[in-house]
Amino acid sequence: MTGFPWLTLLIVLPLLGAVVVFLVNEASVRSTALAVTIADLLISLPLWWLFDASSGQMQFLESAAWIPSLSINYRLGLDGISLPLVIMTTILMPLCVLISWHAIETRLRSFMAMLLIMEGAMIGVFAALDFVLFYVFWEAMLIPMYLLIGVWGGPNRLYAAIKFFLYTLAGSVLLLVAILVLYFQGGHTFDILALSRQTYPLSLQTWLFFAFFAAFAVKVPMFPFHTWLPDAHVEAPTAGSVILASVLLKMGTYGFIRFSLPMLPDASRLFTPLIVVLSIVAIIYGAYMALAQSDLKKLIAYSSVSHMGFVTLGLFMFNIQGIEGAVLQMVNHGITTGGLFLCVGVIYERTHSRQIADNIGLTKPMPRYATFLVIFALSSLGLPGTNSFVGEFMVLAGTFLWSKVATAFASLGIILAAAYLLWMVQRVAFGTPAPHMLPKLSDLNQRELVMLLPLAILIFGIGLFPNPLLSRMHTSVEQVIARVVPSSHQQTSTRSVPGRPTPLPENNLGATINVVHPPSAKPHSNLPLTEQQRERP
Amino acid sequence: MTFSAADLFFVLPELLVITAACVVLVLDPVLRPSDKDSLVWLSLGTLAICMGLTASQMGTQASIFSGLVVTDSYGAFWKLLLYFVTGLTVLLSYSYLKEERLYFGEYYGFMLLSLSGMMVMVSASDLLTIYLGTELMSLSLYIMAGLRRKEPRSLEASAKYFVLGAFSSGILLYGISLLYGATGSTRLPAIASAIATQGFTDPLLLFSTILLAVGFGFKLAVVPFHMWTPDVYQGAPTSVTAFMAVASKAASFGAFLRVFVEGLGGVRADWSAIFLLLCLATLVVGNIVALVQTNIKRMLAYSSIAHAGYALVGVVAAGRVEHSSGIASVLLYIALYTFMTFGAFAIVAMLRKGAIEGEEIEDFTGLAKRHPLPALLMLVFMVSLAGLPPTAGFIGKLYVFRSAVEAGMAWLAAIALIFAAISAYYYLRVVMVMYMREPLDGPDPVPRLVMSPTLSIVLACTVAGVVILGIYPNPLVNLAVQAVLTLK
Repeated sequence: MTGFPWLTLLIVLPLLGAVVVFLVNEASVRSTALAVTIADLLISLPLWWLFDASSGQMQFLESAAWIPSLSINYRLGLDGISLPLVIMTTILMPLCVLISWHAIETRLRSFMAMLLIMEGAMIGVFAALDFVLFYVFWEAMLIPMYLLIGVWGGPNRLYAAIKFFLYTLAGSVLLLVAILVLYFQGGHTFDILALSRQTYPLSLQTWLFFAFFAAFAVKVPMFPFHTWLPDAHVEAPTAGSVILASVLLKMGTYGFIRFSLPMLPDASRLFTPLIVVLSIVAIIYGAYMALAQSDLKKLIAYSSVSHMGFVTLGLFMFNIQGIEGAVLQMVNHGITTGGLFLCVGVIYERTHSRQIADNIGLTKPMPRYATFLVIFALSSLGLPGTNSFVGEFMVLAGTFLWSKVATAFASLGIILAAAYLLWMVQRVAFGTPAPHMLPKLSDLNQRELVMLLPLAILIFGIGLFPNPLLSRMHTSVEQVIARVVPSSHQQTSTRSVPGRPTPLPENNLGATINVVHPPSAKPHSNLPLTEQQRERP
Repeated sequence: MTFSAADLFFVLPELLVITAACVVLVLDPVLRPSDKDSLVWLSLGTLAICMGLTASQMGTQASIFSGLVVTDSYGAFWKLLLYFVTGLTVLLSYSYLKEERLYFGEYYGFMLLSLSGMMVMVSASDLLTIYLGTELMSLSLYIMAGLRRKEPRSLEASAKYFVLGAFSSGILLYGISLLYGATGSTRLPAIASAIATQGFTDPLLLFSTILLAVGFGFKLAVVPFHMWTPDVYQGAPTSVTAFMAVASKAASFGAFLRVFVEGLGGVRADWSAIFLLLCLATLVVGNIVALVQTNIKRMLAYSSIAHAGYALVGVVAAGRVEHSSGIASVLLYIALYTFMTFGAFAIVAMLRKGAIEGEEIEDFTGLAKRHPLPALLMLVFMVSLAGLPPTAGFIGKLYVFRSAVEAGMAWLAAIALIFAAISAYYYLRVVMVMYMREPLDGPDPVPRLVMSPTLSIVLACTVAGVVILGIYPNPLVNLAVQAVLTLK
């Protein structure tokens, strides 16, 4: 841990940048925004190496009193779960600026300012260790996103913007009440870590679980609450879609893993079947809807619903494979879907259409573009060697331990993903282009190449060497599991992880932990893990 | 009744304001039109001096004029807020009245008279003194509401306000007289001790509590006593509307809280139940009816009704548990509400469509293109009114809902928050027309914003309050907590 306020810098820099873009002259607005986002990226990268993977503690801690009369503090910190998400955000933001280089002509300053405010708030959400601070960042994002969709969006933007806004706001209404209730139940503190160490009665947990669930499930979005997503994605400008898909959706699942699981373990276990059913419905329904779409953005939007189903599924498995897979999949989905949306943005700049029918046969005129599109599509469908394979495989492996039927249903999603993505690729990449479209179809220029290349590298990088990511999140995930299923901690930690080159050493410490946490009196009938554990001598 | 000259020292701010009001009224006919600006500066100067005097009185505790009036931090808190709002109103009126071609020196005189009434209200500890202050405030406001004499709507507003105001004063007086019958005094401390010894059994006590609640309900514009608000807010000149929506509401809350906490603290459980009903009704009606408004002044009127509902959440909570944190949250809420509502009204006042005021929400169409900065400020005010962080509106709601949860009424906080989410829809509609609609090209004159230095000062003060207090509310919180401590 260093005393340097890395995280404050990460948050404040884009916010200052949002002011600066109004001060520079018109011509340099874009480059200023780009410089700010790249500077933020450069600041965030050292964290990756400074981070101590062996420690499950929060690192880069910062703390200052903010509103003493309510004991609200300005507390920031990262653990192995939030670190990858923060870095993913800082990697994506320069790309969002790049894709908007020519796509946005009106009110450019405000647009860049909104992107930068979003960046600051998103990093704030992942780094906040005070519940009210978290809520402030969480809600502060609504207005910039509302404006991004509503001002720079497509023809139906007003409807999409207000729908996005009201859905997410309505979802998080009860979150604030839940935060306040936790404050009084958890010993007059908003400290997330302190609140995660308390035990609350089950009836209260149930209540709080649904309050959290409403906020996070809308953001994810989980099955019945997903209807805002296709509208918002289709109408948002490309950069907005990328932010939405890659980062905003992750905040929902991040909320589950940071708050619901550690703070409300009993309720989380109790409602696992509900979440699993909703996740599987989302996986299959999202994929099914994606099959039927003729609009590229809508297709990717529904594929997001499907992919995020895997994440929520993995999170509620409460084993190391499931949760690590889910966190990995959060990062993967950010990269892959971000890439896909960028691809759609690129082609939209040329043909001004997002319809598959208008964008066919791009391999001939745009070979480089088609290559990237195929890479992102294959990553999205989980081809071995790409990042999503590792994530989805781990989630399914985790699910297998819980229920074979659930795994079978969830796997359907992968098959359907192959169907809709390959079909999309087949038409977009390999059809015969309409002759009148040909003059518009110029291949990627350097800016676009620079924009897509990092994501493609990350796809293969994580796909082939997931260990740097997994090892950083491992101890943090273990802590979450220890919290949510105390008795199975030892079991899960000794299990080797697929895709991990070095299996963990046999953990003798586990026995001690087992003594400290004897198997709970209540048999977890829905958790095969504990049953297996009882069989152990 | 004993009277000592030393007592006068404590009411020096009140005396100054009244003197200034008289001077303005007298000077107005003798000054040449070109010199009439000096009345504005006179008013502002008086307010500045009073602000200094009251700030220096902060922390002193004195009961004067045989207990008719008290000087304490609680009163000082409200007075400071009222000076601030009146100062902003004077600045706003300076440009607004010119634009409207309304010029009356009496305007500033009445405003100062009204202010003095409000000051009496918040520092009185006798029900009759409070009544006196209420009437002084209201009578001046009735006149100011009807200032646009040639416009029927303005006159209608004035008449309506007068009739309903007189009616509510009658109810208030009736409540006071019944309370006198029940407890034998009109002094708040005497009433409190009478209730403490007598218990809660007297039905007369409950009845007078209800009547007082109704009387103050009219002044606070809570449902179902809100009917006058939209019409009066819409008809009155906008600068007066802003003054009514903010200052008169603040003063009414100041007097109301003192009466119910200091005087009727013994029947806390009873009035808490009454205000719970009023609070729920206010939240529902205020927010739902605001959804369908097309006139921004009416929309803001319903919004101000709804905000009284949020403040009542704190009052209800204060009735359930030890009161100080609940009451402090109400003080804080009203103070923060001041900034955002006044700012919004200031922008509405200066939006002109040709010679008349552009007061339809549609008139804001495309404002972000023509006036980016004021549009941004309006956005901030709307976001703050909707209660989203990081603005003052969020801090206010956080404190109020915190005291509700502390009082074991998480469900009330949840309901209030659901309505806050609903309210976001109508606040965001203003943002939507400003930012997302293209300006219409029609035969109508294009609405434009008349900027002036005084308006800039008003907007700068209010937006600074909304943003800075939204991020760093501690100074105001400390003031509110300190103020409530002096409330017995």
